[in-house]
Amino acid sequence: MEKILKQFSPERKELIHILHKVQAENGFISPEAISEISQHLNMSEGEVYGVLTFYNAFTLEPKGKHTITICMGTACHVRGAPAVLDEFSRRLDIPPGQTTEDKYFTLETVNCVGACALGPIVITDGDYHGHATTNDVKKILDQVKDEKQKKKNNEES
Amino acid sequence: MKKADPKKLEELRTRINESRDKNKTCITICGGTGCHAYGCEEIAQTFKDEIEKQKLEDNIDLRVTGCHGFCERGPIVVIQPQGIFYQRVKKENINEIISKTALGNEIIPGLLYEDPQTEEKIEKEKEVPFYKKQRRIIFGRNGFIDPTDIQDYIALDGYKAVSQALFEREPEEIISEVKKSGLRGRGGGGFLTGKKWEICRNTDSSEKYIICNADEGDPGAYMDRSLLEGNPHSIIEGMIIGAYAIGAHEGYIYVRLEYPLAVKNITLALEKAREYGLLGKSILGSDFDFDINVFKGAGAFVSGEETSLMASIEGRRAFPRQRPPYPADKGLWGKPTNINNVETWANVPLIIEKGADWYTQIGTETSKGTKIFSLVGKINNTGLVEVPMGMTLREIIYDIGGGIKDGKKFKAVQTGGPSGGCIPVDMLDQPIDFDTLTRAGSIMGSGGMIVMDEDTCMVDVARYFLKFTQEESCGKCVPCRIGTREMVDILTRITKGRGEKEDIKRLKELAETVKNGSLCGLGQTAPNPVLTTLRYFMDEYKAHIEQKSCLALSCKDLIVYHIDPEKCVGCLLCKKNCPVNAISGERKEVHVIDQDLCIKCGACLDVCPPKVSAVSKHTGKEKQRILEEHNKK
Repeated sequence: MEKILKQFSPERKELIHILHKVQAENGFISPEAISEISQHLNMSEGEVYGVLTFYNAFTLEPKGKHTITICMGTACHVRGAPAVLDEFSRRLDIPPGQTTEDKYFTLETVNCVGACALGPIVITDGDYHGHATTNDVKKILDQVKDEKQKKKNNEES
Repeated sequence: MKKADPKKLEELRTRINESRDKNKTCITICGGTGCHAYGCEEIAQTFKDEIEKQKLEDNIDLRVTGCHGFCERGPIVVIQPQGIFYQRVKKENINEIISKTALGNEIIPGLLYEDPQTEEKIEKEKEVPFYKKQRRIIFGRNGFIDPTDIQDYIALDGYKAVSQALFEREPEEIISEVKKSGLRGRGGGGFLTGKKWEICRNTDSSEKYIICNADEGDPGAYMDRSLLEGNPHSIIEGMIIGAYAIGAHEGYIYVRLEYPLAVKNITLALEKAREYGLLGKSILGSDFDFDINVFKGAGAFVSGEETSLMASIEGRRAFPRQRPPYPADKGLWGKPTNINNVETWANVPLIIEKGADWYTQIGTETSKGTKIFSLVGKINNTGLVEVPMGMTLREIIYDIGGGIKDGKKFKAVQTGGPSGGCIPVDMLDQPIDFDTLTRAGSIMGSGGMIVMDEDTCMVDVARYFLKFTQEESCGKCVPCRIGTREMVDILTRITKGRGEKEDIKRLKELAETVKNGSLCGLGQTAPNPVLTTLRYFMDEYKAHIEQKSCLALSCKDLIVYHIDPEKCVGCLLCKKNCPVNAISGERKEVHVIDQDLCIKCGACLDVCPPKVSAVSKHTGKEKQRILEEHNKK
């Protein structure tokens, strides 16, 4: 934390930049981080909390190992994204925005990624799956699990 | 360029152009986000490796460019100077492209675009129907420029307009030229850009700011991103001219967080521009100082509203505030601020370089120039299209967009994102400009154009947009915060078959309240999707409420899936793919859906072979009949 804060002058206008940095480095913004940021910027913790919870980019809890993002843009919507999201939600047994109990998957939606030609689009850890249907959901989840397994096997051997 | 000045810039331009052999083959690969999603990075890398391996650097240039716009057909590869257009290129095609086309000047028919209407294979990019009717004055250069190489932009007359502006014109002359051009803000409002600049210039203050609003939040719209990614210097150039005209010395580009490539390319472009003496202290040796910061947004739709955006830059919640005072009077840090959208800024260098007289030849009486639309949804040619203002929707959707996907029937086109509305089929021949769209109950907005077909439920579309604005409402104004929530609840109820007759009246009343009682554009326009669907698609609302039926067979709660026993061949496909094991029946036996278990995911319909097509959806009375039959069993 100290290292991050050192890069920013103690001015309010740096708040969102600092939050971006902390989110990127730690994956979430902890109560301790809020406290340190507020001291650095000479603001109350409440104010920092107020700003960070306003924006979707910041989270108060760590995410799962893998993030599944479903684009819910209008083009994806009219091409059947809601059914795809429902199926992910059903299979993972979590509503969008949450992480599975084993901290393996986080299911997220995004307003639009602007890859509309490929809609409905699912993004798993940065990989794009275009023209997704409910039938692809299991396959996509298995793929993510497989890759994890592969990596694990490689590390062991 | 050490100690840059206009003469040196021209000399550099000449040097770059002389060092480049115009007849040398250049393989250009579209590097926009759409093509990235198709895997263009790997294609580009393979080309690079092959060219190196075969030692062809002297024969072939390689350039990863900005977005070409025809996203439907990505990854796109264009061979220059001939302009040979290859689409849906795979890694396996690369060696053939190098040996046959790049070295042998031979066309590979399999990679060409085939016009679905004439079945004719088309060789040249500009002959492809998608591009033919477009007028790509802003977007056209994307395909020739590597956005990470400032020299590409300079070679194509880049920064000429800055040099003209700073050394040949007074700020007032620039403002009057922009006013004369009739340029209107491309972010949605449609306010006259020159007029806006004039107000800001005339406000007395030693400190002024300009902002480029690149917080492109409308779902289904991505033209601003493609400009930032593909031709960032054109935006920087526009901003320098604007800053000079207004008298600002510091600028901001507020970019949406979800656009990492845009952030990367614009940041790099700013560095390069500084290095070349085009930004910073005494630009091109003049006495004008100006620099630009990039501000990464944090994922709040409302921050696209100008006063919210400024609050966000100041490190606060993106809450809008009362206007007046307008930003031109009191903006960022309380100082006069001029804010324009990405596409607006990209228009400026053209107007300065080619003149308002040239610019006003394009467009309609009240809307000049071109507009970039993101043509998406149920359309054959998804992509970004730039057309002169005044083109009809029919020309855009059918001639450029290639018509509706899978031969379905056109139902509506949604413009203007969550603030816009749905325009029905009988308005297809309307020429599109700021004013015709407003009269139709929609808005131009930033340029999203989402095509909907007979399978799209208009009540669901209204619900979708209201849900969106409700979630993105910042909560400051009660009518917006609570009114949109109420509207979503009513619309959700209707799509679930629990609508009441009075709901239509309630929706209209709430719409008025939300419109009149909200401070910013988000709330004031949020009811538009509901109001336009009520205006043009009342029959669908009535069907939902009175007959409990969804005419588009889209609302889950109002439909059933059914397997026609006459048609089913018992192939087991649907049974195997049903995620909840709701389908019974052995091989070669008729399959049956257990309606109690069915979650209506549609997997069975997707996998049933088209020549069998035994699975179908039903609503209303037919749904009732199927359910009763099921219950009897």
